[in-house]
Amino acid sequence: MNRFSDFMLPPAKSTTAETTDALFHFINVTSLIFLVGITIAIIFFSWKYRRRSDEDVTPVISHNNKLEITWSVIPLILVMIVFGWGFTGYMNLITTPDDAYEVRVVAKSWLWEFHYETGFVSVNELHVPANRPVKLIMSSDDVIHSFFVPDYRVKRDVLPNRYTSLWFEVTEPGESIVYCTEYCGTAHSNMLATVFAHTQEDFDTWLETAGSADDDMDPVELGEQLVTRNACDTCHSTDGTRLQGPTFQGLWGSEREMQDGEIVVVDENYVRESILEPNARITKGYQPVMPSYAGTLNDRQIDAIIEYLKTLQ
Amino acid sequence: MATSEAKPTNKIQVRRYKPEEYPEKHYLNEETGIWAWMTTVDHKKIGLMYLASLAFFFFVGGMLALVLRTELLTPARSFMDADVYNQIFTLHGAIMVFFFLVPSVPAALGNFILPLQLGCKDVAFPRVNLASFYIYVIGAVFTLIAILTGGVDTGWTFYTPYSATTGGNVMMMTLGIFILGFSSILTGVNFITTIHKLRAPGMTWNKLPLNMWALYATSIIQVLATPVLAITLLLLTMERVLSIGIFDPALGGDPVLYQHFFWFYSHPAVYIMIVPGFGVISEVISTFSRKIIFGYWAIAISSLAIAFIGFLVWGHHMFTAGQSSLANMVFSFLTFLVGIPTGIKIFNWVATMYRGSIDMKTPMLYAQIFLFQFMIGGFTGIMLGALAVDIHLHDTYYVVAHFHYVMMGGMVMAFLAGLHYWWPKMFGKMYSEKWAKFSAIIIFIGFNMTFLPQFVMGSQGMPRRYFNYIDQFQSFHQFSTIGSYIIGIGFFIMFGYLLYSFFRGEKAAANPWGSRALEWQVSSPPPLHNFEHTPVIINGPYDYHKPMSEFQLGIASKHNGHHAGEKVDISTTVKDKA
Repeated sequence: MNRFSDFMLPPAKSTTAETTDALFHFINVTSLIFLVGITIAIIFFSWKYRRRSDEDVTPVISHNNKLEITWSVIPLILVMIVFGWGFTGYMNLITTPDDAYEVRVVAKSWLWEFHYETGFVSVNELHVPANRPVKLIMSSDDVIHSFFVPDYRVKRDVLPNRYTSLWFEVTEPGESIVYCTEYCGTAHSNMLATVFAHTQEDFDTWLETAGSADDDMDPVELGEQLVTRNACDTCHSTDGTRLQGPTFQGLWGSEREMQDGEIVVVDENYVRESILEPNARITKGYQPVMPSYAGTLNDRQIDAIIEYLKTLQ
Repeated sequence: MATSEAKPTNKIQVRRYKPEEYPEKHYLNEETGIWAWMTTVDHKKIGLMYLASLAFFFFVGGMLALVLRTELLTPARSFMDADVYNQIFTLHGAIMVFFFLVPSVPAALGNFILPLQLGCKDVAFPRVNLASFYIYVIGAVFTLIAILTGGVDTGWTFYTPYSATTGGNVMMMTLGIFILGFSSILTGVNFITTIHKLRAPGMTWNKLPLNMWALYATSIIQVLATPVLAITLLLLTMERVLSIGIFDPALGGDPVLYQHFFWFYSHPAVYIMIVPGFGVISEVISTFSRKIIFGYWAIAISSLAIAFIGFLVWGHHMFTAGQSSLANMVFSFLTFLVGIPTGIKIFNWVATMYRGSIDMKTPMLYAQIFLFQFMIGGFTGIMLGALAVDIHLHDTYYVVAHFHYVMMGGMVMAFLAGLHYWWPKMFGKMYSEKWAKFSAIIIFIGFNMTFLPQFVMGSQGMPRRYFNYIDQFQSFHQFSTIGSYIIGIGFFIMFGYLLYSFFRGEKAAANPWGSRALEWQVSSPPPLHNFEHTPVIINGPYDYHKPMSEFQLGIASKHNGHHAGEKVDISTTVKDKA
């Protein structure tokens, strides 16, 4: 059973995963019994009652009330068990414990932002304490996305016009993958993130120092890190490859034609505008799909990114 | 065995009409030429025109699927861009659902077989029937224009606000599907009327073939649900053109409302696709078991029950979407209820085979493949109906696999069973039984290779509609892709032997399967107006314990089929078995 479970399901890393998995296995095993039984009956009948001559006479068996009631009622009982079980599990999934640690999640095409109580924002990296309920309060800046962590067996759509939430309690420190599971366009399948579950102590230390390490860093190095951390490289390559946005290589100082025909020189102000108000001016041949980083990146960080861009000739 | 004795004059003489074998004149050669076909009101020709269109769309949709599977051989870009991939999976879904699955059995096989099974000369409104075909064609043309002028990348569900903001020609596509909906409604109205009003004398509701019950249930769904799709697409169009906020939150609308609207149609639509398949399977299993169907009423009523409950389960597509937990609970509960009538059908079909005289011809082979694969589709549906588990599986490959097991593993197999079953009736030709079985087995193997791994991938967390994926899934994807090529080979073989049969096939007898059903009591292919006489029904369509002669009764058609106020005397005929 364990080997089957490992084959079928990702590792179970949350407190609620067990119920979901148990029901998953119950339905699989029950279905398999029915499937095998009925398939054997079909094959057996096809062989046993194969046509021997064209004159074969078959008995008149038009119906059988007892039999028909039996095969209606037994499946009914079984599906009602499944319904009750699934519903109970679901109630646990949507009832958030009171002492949950809250993280605000903002989904944008195509990245995840995580806002913590200290005001720190991480992109595509969610840090949470293990062995403590965590509640995510989520909203989207554009289209519908969906937050899915297979290891925790939790999923919830992230909507543009209201908050949705989900909760989980991670059972041990470790990393898990986050997928966007509501189709959201070109880079839907790149809209991934990672959950890092720490012990409470490690988490506290991380939260205290998060962002502050940047202070002593060389601007170019910081810029490079920010480009990765903020998922700029999901859409902008640094090696000349064309992705959803223009590549960063050779961008600095070049002249670009905008959609309205205006020629723009890529300088400090243009880069700043493109980060904070990305859809103000769009390079010809590209779609206005970049989300705004206003409130996510501060001036010092934007400066660092500019310094980094200068090095990508 | 004409009844020879003198009868009281106020009674009509019923006599046996043996179908003419290998007729010289039939519907295929009596009115020929392009114009005769294009303006025909003959339900059989319209059915064949649908069949040809369906075959075309199935080919296009299938090729697109193979292209998608090929791209998925590697975790990153293989040979196309993400945008192209997104357009192709949208087209694959939209074409297969709206242009193949929805009209497949009702419009193509149904049109051909419905009047023949009811014993009438045509459907109730033959011109409306032709109109519905042209509406289908016009809808298809609009969709084609949409594809050629920018494409659509929304997925076949057109979820807002994405569909309201993305580029491409979403408008034209929705317009095409909007138009297509009317074709569906007209076919539904036509079938309901025909089944109510044009049944042959003696064909009471309890002697109605189960295929008719299934088409009846389908037609009810078509007439009631399709207008909701039309309304939804119209609202979507209004929003895009006139910027009226309905679904787009940027304009003050609610995107979840769209999902309610969409699934209110599209879930019943799943039953529009599958219920007619149930009808075909009932016919095929009874015929090739040469045995009375087990639980006639259970099968008939369960079709109606599925049609009814099918309207009340749309919310199970939205368990993670942010509807209330109460709604989730109710929808989950109702979803399980719809599983029961479906289960009953399966048990009844298997029970029909018990102590039958089973002839494993190609249609029967497809029916059994249907049973096996449809069961897997059904059981995985139970899995997805369970709330806690669905939270994990929603929008993963598990759903993709489930849907394909029901639609392709179930519906398409039922369609193929029907196609091979009625092929001799349609064209008066037999196909190579050997090649047909060979290709059925190839398709069976390919199908399961393609979609079984997707259950595992989905359970492991692989989301659907992903252009890139993480390396751990690569071996599953590759296995799946190889499977899809095998399906392709299977269909290629089928195309070959059916084409051969069409041109050079051996001539088919009127009733090659020894069926008791009415459509087999006319010649193959049928005469232009189906019956040269008015058929008279005294037995159920599955009464294999009664002699064939009792199924070939009729009244001379000097009255042109109208016998108002006259009594039909069948007593003497019944005793006089020839």
